[in-house]
Amino acid sequence: MTARLTALHGNHACALAAVAAGCRFFAGYPITPSSEIAEHMSHALPRAGGVFVQMEDEIASIAAVIGASLGGMRAMTATSGPGFSLMQENIGYAAMTEVPCVVIDVMRGGPSTGMPTRPAQGDVMQARFGSHGDRPVVALAPASVQEIYTETIRAFDLAERLRTPVTVLYDQVIAQLLESVAIPPPEAVKVAARKWANGAGGFQPYAADDDGVPAMARPGDGHRVHTTGLTHAESGFPTQSPAVADRMMRRLLGKIDLHLAGIEKTETLATEDAEVLVVAYGITARAARRAVTELRRDGVKAGLFRPVTVWPFPERALLRAAETARAVLVPEMNAGQLVLEVQRVIGRAPPVRPLGRIDGEPMTPGEIAAAVRELARHA
Amino acid sequence: MLEATRTLPFDIKDYLRLDTMPHFMCPGCGHGIALRALLAAVHDCGIDKDRLAVVCGIGCSGRVGGYIDANTFHTTHGRPLAFATGLKLARPDLTVVVVTGDGDCLAIGGNHLIHAARRNLDITCLMLNNEVYGMTGGQASPTTAATRLTSTTPSGAIEPVFDACALAAAAGAGFVGREVTRQAPALKTLIARALRHPGFAFVEVMSDCTEIYGRKNDLGEAPEMILSQKADMRPEARRDAPDQPFRPNALPTGVFVERDLPEYGERWRAHAAALRGETER
Ligand SMILES: Cc1ncc(C[n+]2csc(CCOP(=O)(O)OP(=O)(O)O)c2C)c(N)n1
Ligand code: SF4
Ligand SMILES: [Mg+2]
Repeated sequence: MTARLTALHGNHACALAAVAAGCRFFAGYPITPSSEIAEHMSHALPRAGGVFVQMEDEIASIAAVIGASLGGMRAMTATSGPGFSLMQENIGYAAMTEVPCVVIDVMRGGPSTGMPTRPAQGDVMQARFGSHGDRPVVALAPASVQEIYTETIRAFDLAERLRTPVTVLYDQVIAQLLESVAIPPPEAVKVAARKWANGAGGFQPYAADDDGVPAMARPGDGHRVHTTGLTHAESGFPTQSPAVADRMMRRLLGKIDLHLAGIEKTETLATEDAEVLVVAYGITARAARRAVTELRRDGVKAGLFRPVTVWPFPERALLRAAETARAVLVPEMNAGQLVLEVQRVIGRAPPVRPLGRIDGEPMTPGEIAAAVRELARHA
Repeated sequence: MLEATRTLPFDIKDYLRLDTMPHFMCPGCGHGIALRALLAAVHDCGIDKDRLAVVCGIGCSGRVGGYIDANTFHTTHGRPLAFATGLKLARPDLTVVVVTGDGDCLAIGGNHLIHAARRNLDITCLMLNNEVYGMTGGQASPTTAATRLTSTTPSGAIEPVFDACALAAAAGAGFVGREVTRQAPALKTLIARALRHPGFAFVEVMSDCTEIYGRKNDLGEAPEMILSQKADMRPEARRDAPDQPFRPNALPTGVFVERDLPEYGERWRAHAAALRGETER
């Protein structure tokens, strides 16, 4: 079978991809501009033999998702900024207890209630640092409806493979944009099967294999394990031992590094000899792509680096793309968030400049091109 | 579904993780009595511990689950009912028991309690009410009685208290009951009845925080505290006088609500099957 072409809104593509990826549990609480995902899931899941439940708030939604995943179902929730804030404590719990799940955050203008129907990219740092303490973080930032489809599937694959929550970040524009999508045939959808524990006797639920990921005990299979958000030993029971805490935390955080090659995903355009490198993600990267193409036509040596995986941040790929750059521009629909990470990676030179938009409007190719020309003049 | 009542005698060691002993509860803490009553009820109902899931919140009450030889989940403060909702919907084959505290269930988790009661998923919820935040050092909770001293009511509590059973009943729970830890056999019977109830079952267990609440309020040592429960208790009183205002020191116990309501999981599965064009199940 070959891919089937169809036109979809971003949020619809997300729901279809989740079901195609084997998601059979959705719990959520309505919030613009993500609600269509819940609406589509409420239609699709009963028909696919799954469960849809509208919970009393976002805290309960992510809790129910984690509970369902602990029970063995592939599970997802979807929300927007205010709801994403409410979910943070339990996202940390899923990271700590190593429960696979997917969280879709459709970003809208903030802070607070902000501009519910307007796009933004203000949750990039919340996705990284929103929950207290240190935890493994994986976040993907699709830039088109097609990519919402493929990245949602990839989110489930990474969540299962790494036993960790994975966030998919996109904004109101692509959420509600109608674009053509190639739907891959079912046999082309690859999502890792969960690594279930087998055999009984002496099973250590948090003793990892060489890949840094422990096998999971399915309730009912006879392991009768304890799951806790307290810092725990390999046995799953709480520990106060500094040595054990250190070992467990390093393993938890380190599993991301062990799998870095499989997690990172980037796109580059004309970076080989670029003098001004634009680093952009999500919808903003599309404006940047257009700007770079037009600038090249005019003889300006611009290039684009687009992290599709924003967290873990693809450091080495960025350094490679920036080799010839004399200046770096980071346009984003916030007051300057991912630019901080780009500055950290690049260091003192070349200079890294933010270009922020916080008025609820998407970034235009024109304003990116103008900022690049300005940098090229002084570079 | 539950097997027929077990006939072998109950041995608590069959249901405990003995390698987690000694437990961390203070001497005389009522939560231990609640734990034993729960395990005895599980035994009486013939529930297979491989298929038992105990979902706890955070608090001294939340630590109860760790000692049980079953599938146990120590979740986040106030949220065990929400976690349990996902687990039970994903795994209707499991018997899901939530163990929560008065702070966990009525303060930070109050929203989840009323919606779990309304939704009526087959979960048995034990709320261990010691009228205080035990774990964090004895601050006031939504059930701290007026004039009681806690570390955040140093001159005596003045807020009105929740009647948790009335709240659960009003929110739609199909089974609601209360018992004191002093009446351990009655408590076991009540929990067994709740476990057998097909739908959301709420059991309020009046427990004693001996070490903090008891000390601070001069309620005596653990034996005196537990004996004083008798004076405070009026079995089945709620049934006799349903309009009586709730007073924590004139405590009605027993089963207040037991009604057959459509269980949410069954409803969902029938609804989904119908949409798929299948007949029942
Ligand atoms: C979000 C959050 N807020 C506060 C706490 C701190 N905390 C831990 S247990 C607890 C209260 C527990 O009281 P209760 O539920 O009555 O249980 P008990 O210890 O009395 O059995 C609090 C406030 C926490 N762990 N998480
Ligand atoms: S602090 Fe109170 S509630 Fe906690 S274990 Fe001690 S006596 Fe029990
Ligand atoms: Mg308490």
